[in-house]
Amino acid sequence: MSLDPPYIPEFAEAGFTAPVPEDVAERVTEDVVQSAIDGSTWNEELVAVPFWANTQLLWYKQSVAEAAGLDMEEPVTWEQLVQAAEEQDTQIAAQGIRAEALTVWVNALIESAGGSIIEETAPDPGDIELGLTSDAAVAAAEVMNSVATVGGPAFSTAGEDANVTDFEDGDAAFMVNWPFVWGRALGAVEAGTLDASVPEDYGWSLYPRVSEDEPSAPPYGGINLVVGAFSENVDAAFEAAECIVSEENQAYYFISNGNPASKTTVYDDPEVLDVFPQAPVIRESLENAAPRPQTVYYSEVSGALQRIYHPATSIDPGSTGEEASELILAVLRGEQLL
Amino acid sequence: MSTTTLPPGEKTQPKSAPRKKAGISDRSRSERKLGWMLAGPAFFVMLAVTAYPILQATYESLFSYRLTDPTNREFIGLTNYWVILSDPLWWQSIWVTVLITVVTVAVELVLGFGLAMVMAKALKALRPVLRAAILIPYAVITVVSAFAWQFAFDINTGFVNSWFAWIPGVSANTDWFGDWGTSILVICLAEIWKTTPFISLLLLAGLAQVPEVLQEAAQVDGATWWQRLWKVTIPNMKAAIMVALLFRTLDAFRVFDSIFIMTGGSNGTESVSFLAYRQTIARLEIGLGSAVSVLLFIAVVLIAFSFIKGFKIDLSQARGSDRCPHARRSCGGSAGRSSCCTRCSRSPGSSPSRSRRPRTSPTASSCRRSRPG
Repeated sequence: MSLDPPYIPEFAEAGFTAPVPEDVAERVTEDVVQSAIDGSTWNEELVAVPFWANTQLLWYKQSVAEAAGLDMEEPVTWEQLVQAAEEQDTQIAAQGIRAEALTVWVNALIESAGGSIIEETAPDPGDIELGLTSDAAVAAAEVMNSVATVGGPAFSTAGEDANVTDFEDGDAAFMVNWPFVWGRALGAVEAGTLDASVPEDYGWSLYPRVSEDEPSAPPYGGINLVVGAFSENVDAAFEAAECIVSEENQAYYFISNGNPASKTTVYDDPEVLDVFPQAPVIRESLENAAPRPQTVYYSEVSGALQRIYHPATSIDPGSTGEEASELILAVLRGEQLL
Repeated sequence: MSTTTLPPGEKTQPKSAPRKKAGISDRSRSERKLGWMLAGPAFFVMLAVTAYPILQATYESLFSYRLTDPTNREFIGLTNYWVILSDPLWWQSIWVTVLITVVTVAVELVLGFGLAMVMAKALKALRPVLRAAILIPYAVITVVSAFAWQFAFDINTGFVNSWFAWIPGVSANTDWFGDWGTSILVICLAEIWKTTPFISLLLLAGLAQVPEVLQEAAQVDGATWWQRLWKVTIPNMKAAIMVALLFRTLDAFRVFDSIFIMTGGSNGTESVSFLAYRQTIARLEIGLGSAVSVLLFIAVVLIAFSFIKGFKIDLSQARGSDRCPHARRSCGGSAGRSSCCTRCSRSPGSSPSRSRRPRTSPTASSCRRSRPG
C-alpha cells in the first residue's frame, strides 16, 4: 500500500504493517536520502519501503531577484524575501490555506529554526512534550506573520495549486513549493497556455532559512510502501515493493510524473537531469529535509495546528504557540473536539 | 363504550354504514394486510440499513474507542456527550448549521413556490421543457455543484470578481472564502441553487391538488389574486408545504459537501456534520464521532417532530380517509380533514356564489359539524 509518511507511525503502532525483513531493509535503504529513511522508520525500525521523496524548493523569478539585488547563489532568509517582495511590490506564494499544507509549512519553519513541534513522545498521548512555545516556534510564527503581509489578497485560502497560478501569472515572484511546479510550467508551454519565457525566468534554490546562520530544514513528503501485516503473501509483496522502488523505476516515475526519487543515484541519471535541471538541488534539499512530527496521533496534532495557525495574519508569535499546545493536549486527552 | 370513538360528523352520515362494530372493517383489514405485504420488505430493509447503524452508533458513543488503538477501548458512559456539549466548537457549529438551514430553506421556499407557480401555469407545450430546465441543478451531484461554485468565486479562476466588480465591496482582490460572512454567503447560494428545484417540485405536486373549482368559486366571489393565493391555494397545499419544508430542513441541517469543498471548515464555517466527519474519519475516534452523530440524529428527530406538530398535519390521513368521505370528493382529498372543512364552512357565507354550491350539501353540513368547538 502507498502510505503518506506522516501516517506511517499510526499504522505501524496499530500493528497493521508487516515488519520489513532485515535483508530487504538493507537493500531498500541503500543510497536513499536520509529524510526518506527517517520517514519510513518508527520506533527505530524500518516499517516502510522508501519510494518517492518529495521536498519543497524556493522558486523565484530571476528577473525580480536580480532587481531586488538578492544573491541567489547564497542561501537566503525569509526576512530577505519579505523585504525584497515589499521593495519590488510583488508577493510571496506560500501555503496559507487551512489544510495539511499549512502544517507542512509550520513544521518546516520550526525545524529550520532548530526546534520541533513534538520534542518528546510519551506512551500516554496526553503527556507528549510539545515545542510550540520554544524560541524556534516563536521565530517561525514571526516568519508566518510577516510572509502573510506579502502573501497576496487570498493568502488564507492559497494552497499549492493557487500558488503556482500566482507564480505563473506573475503576481508572485517568490514561492515555496514542490517540484511539480516545473513539470506543470513545461506542460502549459507545450499546451500553448503559458508563454515559454515564463519558465525561462524560473530560478530555484534551497528552502529559505529562518535564521541566517542555520541551514534550513525543508519539508519532506512523498510516498512510501508498506505491506499489510495480514497479507497472505508478505514475501511476494516485499519482492514487488523492491521492484517498484528500483532505480530504473524511480527514474521513470520522476521523469513521467515529476515525483522525485528517494534513491540518490537516480539524480545522476542524464535523462532525469535533462527534464529536471533542478535535480541536484532537490537531492540536497532531501538530505536536509525534516519529516513532520512522527506520532501515532498525527491527525490530532496536524488538525489542531491548522486550526490555531490559520489564518496566518491572526498569528500572535507570543501566544499562538501556547494556544496550539493547549488545544493539542486537550484533544489528545479527549477533553475537546477538533 | 365503543361508539364514542367515532367523530361527531360520522354519526350523522347516512352513508357511513359500513363501519360496523368497534373494530376495523373487513375492507380496512384487508387493506392493512395488503399494505404490510407491499411495504413490509422495504420496512425490514430500512430497519437493517438505518435502525441497526443508529443503534450501533449509540452503543459506540459510550466508549473511548479509536480505530487504530482497539486494545484500549474503554467504556466511559456519557463522557463523550459531556465533552461535546461543553465545547464551544460544538455550539459554534450548531449556530452555523442553524443559520445555513434557516436562510437556505426560507429563500428556497419562496423561490421554489414561485417556480412551482410558473411550472403550473406554463403553457402545456412548454411545461415539460420548463420542468426539465428547472430540475437540472437538482440533478447535479452536490460535490460537483460545490466545485462549480468554488471555481466561480475563486480569486484566480473565478468570473464573479470581474463580473460583479461594480458592486461596492467586490473587487478583483475579493477573497470570498477568506472570511466567515462571505464564505457562508457562497455556501448558502450554492445550496439554494441546487435544492430549490426539489422544493419547487414538491410544491408543484401540492399546487396540482388544489381543485380548480375552488379557485373559480373564489374568483366569482370577487377575491383578488393575492387573496386567492393566501386563502385558497396555500391552505389547500399545507401538507405539500410541510413535506417540502421538512425534507429540505432535514437535508439542510446535515449540510456537509459544500463546506468540505469550499472552505474545508476554515473561518468557523464547520457544520455539525463536518464535526462528525472530522472526529470519525479524520481522527478515527469512533466513540466521540458516534456521539456527535447521535446528537445530530437527535436534532434531526426534534426538527421532524416539531414540524409535524407545528403544522398539525397527520400525514397518514392525507389521503382524506373515510372519515370525511364527502369532503374528499369536493376538496380533492389533498390535505386531510381540517383544511377541507374550513373551506366548506366558509362557502355558505359568501353570497354571490351561493347558487353554485347548494347550502345543504352533505359536504358543508358534515364538515361544519365535525369542526371542533
